[in-house]
This record gives sequence, C-alpha cells and structure tokens, in this order.
Amino acid sequence: MGKFKSFWKDNWIGYLFLAPWMIGLVTLTAIPMGASLYFSFTNYDMFSAPTWIGLDNYTQLFSDEKWLESVRVTLIYVLIGVPLQLTFALFIATLLNKGISGLSLYRAIYYVPSLFGGSVAIAILWRQIFGGNGLINNLLSNIGIEGTNWISNPNTALYTLIVLMIWQFGASMVIFLAGLKQVPIELYESAKMDGASPWKQFSKITLPLITPVVFFNLVMGIIGAFQAFTPAYIVSGGTGGPLNSTLFYTLYLYQKGFTQFSMGYASAMAWFLLLAIAIATAIIFATSKKWVYYQG
Amino acid sequence: MEISTKHNHIVRVSKKRQKISKVFIHGFVILFGIVMLYPLLWMVASSFKNPSEIFSSVSFYPSKWTIDNYVQGWAGVSGYTFDSFFVNTLIIVTLAIIGNIIACSMAAYAFAKLEFKFKSVMFALMLLTLMLPFHVTVIPQYIMFNYLDWINTYYPLILPKFFATEGFFVFLMVQFMKGIPNELVEAAEIDGCGRIKTYWYLILPLSVPALVTTMIFTFIWTWNDFFGQLLYISDLKLFTVALGLRMFLDSAGESAWGPMFAMSTLSLIPLFIVFVFFQRYLIEGITTGGLKG
Repeated sequence: MGKFKSFWKDNWIGYLFLAPWMIGLVTLTAIPMGASLYFSFTNYDMFSAPTWIGLDNYTQLFSDEKWLESVRVTLIYVLIGVPLQLTFALFIATLLNKGISGLSLYRAIYYVPSLFGGSVAIAILWRQIFGGNGLINNLLSNIGIEGTNWISNPNTALYTLIVLMIWQFGASMVIFLAGLKQVPIELYESAKMDGASPWKQFSKITLPLITPVVFFNLVMGIIGAFQAFTPAYIVSGGTGGPLNSTLFYTLYLYQKGFTQFSMGYASAMAWFLLLAIAIATAIIFATSKKWVYYQG
Repeated sequence: MEISTKHNHIVRVSKKRQKISKVFIHGFVILFGIVMLYPLLWMVASSFKNPSEIFSSVSFYPSKWTIDNYVQGWAGVSGYTFDSFFVNTLIIVTLAIIGNIIACSMAAYAFAKLEFKFKSVMFALMLLTLMLPFHVTVIPQYIMFNYLDWINTYYPLILPKFFATEGFFVFLMVQFMKGIPNELVEAAEIDGCGRIKTYWYLILPLSVPALVTTMIFTFIWTWNDFFGQLLYISDLKLFTVALGLRMFLDSAGESAWGPMFAMSTLSLIPLFIVFVFFQRYLIEGITTGGLKG
C-alpha cells in the first residue's frame, strides 16, 4: 500500500494529464481489440451469445471466393496505386524544386485533389466522369474513340479507383518537397561542374538522399491504401461490383459485419488485415537497410 | 583574361539554358495542373448547366446559366433538406475539434514536459496505435455503442475525440511542445505556477500553431468522414452532408447529376475555405506530422 502511495505522489500530475488518453486507450482500443480477437474465434451475430468455433472463421476465409477476390482487388489497388502515386508525387516535386517562381501557388493547386479526394462528393464526380455518358467518353468521342462504361465494366472499374488514388498525389508531393529542400545545393553545383546530366543528378544525388522520405511515404501510403473504403463504396453503390471488381477488403468487411451481422467472421477479417499491414510494413522496414540512406 | 571570358561565356550560355528549361517547367506544370483540376472545375461549371447539357458537352461554360440545380438539390430527399445536413455536420465537426484540442493537448503536455514512471512505455503504446487499422476495434466499439443505446446519436462520432484516440495529433503536439524551452517552464514554476497553471497559461498559448493545425485536420477529416457516419447514423433527421449526398445518389440515381453536382460543389466549399485561409498550417501539418489531407 505504501509503495502505491509514494508512486502516486511522484507521478500523479503526469497521469492526471494523461488520463483522458489512457481511458480512451483502455476502453476504446485495448478492450475492443481483446474483444474482437475473441469474437474472431466465435460465431456471433450480435443478437445471440457468441459460440466458440476455434479457428473456423480463419480457415473459412481461404475457401470464401468473395474474400479471396477482395484480397486480390485490394492487393492490385495497393501494389499499382501506391507506387504510381509516389512516382507522380516525386516527379512533380522534383520539377517544382528547380527554383522556379510561384512554387507555393503550384504546390497549392496540386494539393487541392488530396484535400477533396476522400470525400463522397469526389466519389460521386468520379462515377459521372467514368460513366458511359461521362466526361471521359465525351472527350474521347471528340477524337473518334468510343469508350466503354468504365465504371460498369469489370475490367476497368478498379482502375478508375486507382486513377482516383493517383490523382491525390499532392499530399505526398508536399512531403517530398520538404525533403528535397534538405538536399544541399552544393552537391548539384559540383555535379554540374563535373558535367553530370539532369538524370544522373537525380539518380545519383536526389534519389539516394531522399530515400528516407520515400520510405515514409511508402509506409503511410500502403497503410492508407489497405484501408480505403469511401471511393469503392460510393462508386459501386456499396456492392463492390461489377462482379466484385471493386470489392475492397474493407468494403467486404463492412458487408459481412454490418449488413449480414457476421461479427465473428468480420472480426477474423479485421485481424487478418492487421496481420497483412504488419507484414507489409515489416517487409519494407527489413529491406529499408538496403535502400534507405541515412545521412551522418 | 582569355580563360575568364570563356568562363563567362559558359556561365552565360548555361544561364540562358536554365532560363529556357524554366519556361518549359512552368509550361508543363501549368498544363498538368489544368488537367488535374479539370474534373473539379468541370463539376463546378456543370452544376450551373441544364441537366441535358452535362452529358452532351465537354465544354466548360454553360450555354445558359441556371441555379435550378442548386434549388432542386438543396431541397434534399423526403423532406430533409441540406440545411439540416450542413448544420448536423457542423455540430459534429465543432465538437470533434473541441475534443481533440483538449484531450490531445493534455496528453501531449504530459509526454513532452512532465516526468512520470512508464512514460516511455506509454509513448510507445501511443505510437503503436497510430499504425493500428481501426477495423480491429470498430466491431466491438459498435457492439458497445449499441449496448449503450448510442446508435443514431452523435456520441460514437464525437466522444472518442475527448479521449485523444487520434494519436496523430498527440504526436504532432508532442513534437511542437518539445520545442518550447524548458527555461520558460522553469521560470513559470519559479513565479509560482503549478503544473496545471503552466499548461494553461504557458504551454497552450505557445502551442497555438500546433492547435490550429489540429483544428484544421480534424475539420477536414471529420467533414470527409464517411465510414463512421454510415455506421452509426441511419436516422434522416441526423444525416450529415456526406450521408445526404450518398442518399441523394441512391434515390435520384444517374438521372440527377445536375443537383448532385450542385450539392457536391457546396459540400467542398467549407474545405476550400479552410484551405485558403489556413494553407500554411496545412502544409506544416503535412510536413512535420505526416498528416495527409
């Protein structure tokens, strides 16, 4: 008892300020995590008590074709979308970093899509633009090409969402710009003296020196892309169609958990997602020693 | 002499070349920027067009300007208009901002300026929660809020902010508060300020930039949030702008692009205003905290 009292006396003020966060950590994070881990081993529909079924939910995942499809769709979205988004971000950031005037105006213009991109409004716009009578097809018909309905064609629907992700490269670009500013200008000057071409300068100076920023953007981009939801929900009207071609992992989780109330199954899905994100992040961290260059 | 004129010549040529390449960069960046913004600008322009014109023309300017789309769109669905959707969203956003400011700044002060046992463990836990996909907590949270009879209330959307669940902001503020010199804190203590007074009279006023950044991002994220609102709100009376737009899409379908564009445009205006006035804080938040839009 005495020990506890003296602990409290030394530390109470810190814990007082930390109290709201700690209450949140316990009630909104820790307990729910424990609960969802437990649910993932049960059959639970919210209306009757959960029944223990061991690993069944997890093994069922692998024979659930819809789940496998959602994994495939999400992987394509992440593996194509994130690298392309970062490529655009780095390309434009490099151009803007050439000491041109009006930098802050350009930066603002390119950032606007990131600001709006996650909203329902933009997802609605996307549905029109890539629809059968949409903006894209109207533009194409001007040059004599007849486009498909990109949204309702299962071969193209996912790529409209990837375009939407790429369109939002502005936030990563801003981070790249901040990183590029840290590269000492003398390095470029001496490289120019030695007659290095712009591409050489980029690949031998710029790229190595901003690998820490690439690393950061890559990790954040992948974590974010795995969890994307709104665009797929709005563009497909909540179905993930056509033919499950836009069935993002989180959309399927939502359908399972909150329209079919298979809470146990959805919990297993959530834990699998956590695992997937952890593995992806771990791989990037593990390989980072090989390609991320830290100064000093 | 000769060498120096040659050198000057080279410098002049390379300066000229630089100038030309800069013109090219400007041209490219402007063109590409227009391509990027075209969909947005086209949506805004189309919201003033006659519905039939939206499909038939790619041209920017409406052949005949009309605000019919706005009138029709604002009327909403089943008697619930966009006044109520906007007011509801503003209520949620305002309370979320208050919650985040209070709870995150308190936690950040503890992490940045106070000493207590297990601080580094707690800080590590906070960083871990940053990486956590919210899907692993959302199902039990839903069950809990359902048990408390909070479905179709704003509590599930607002209350978590009062418990600093958005660790990004805690992290951002910790970074900022660490930059406040300890001498200032010590001076305040010598002047008789306790820790609580120091927080209130010294740390908070000095942290205003970080607080503003938090406000802005809370505004943007809450305004753009869809998943949470979809999950917890099904009562039309409580609908937000995002839910209103989605319902509009479901009920009117592809037949009402005009009104839909009008309301989509209106729904982006608050974000745009925040962007125009607080751009500096936004950029700062992105570069120091890695917060994305």
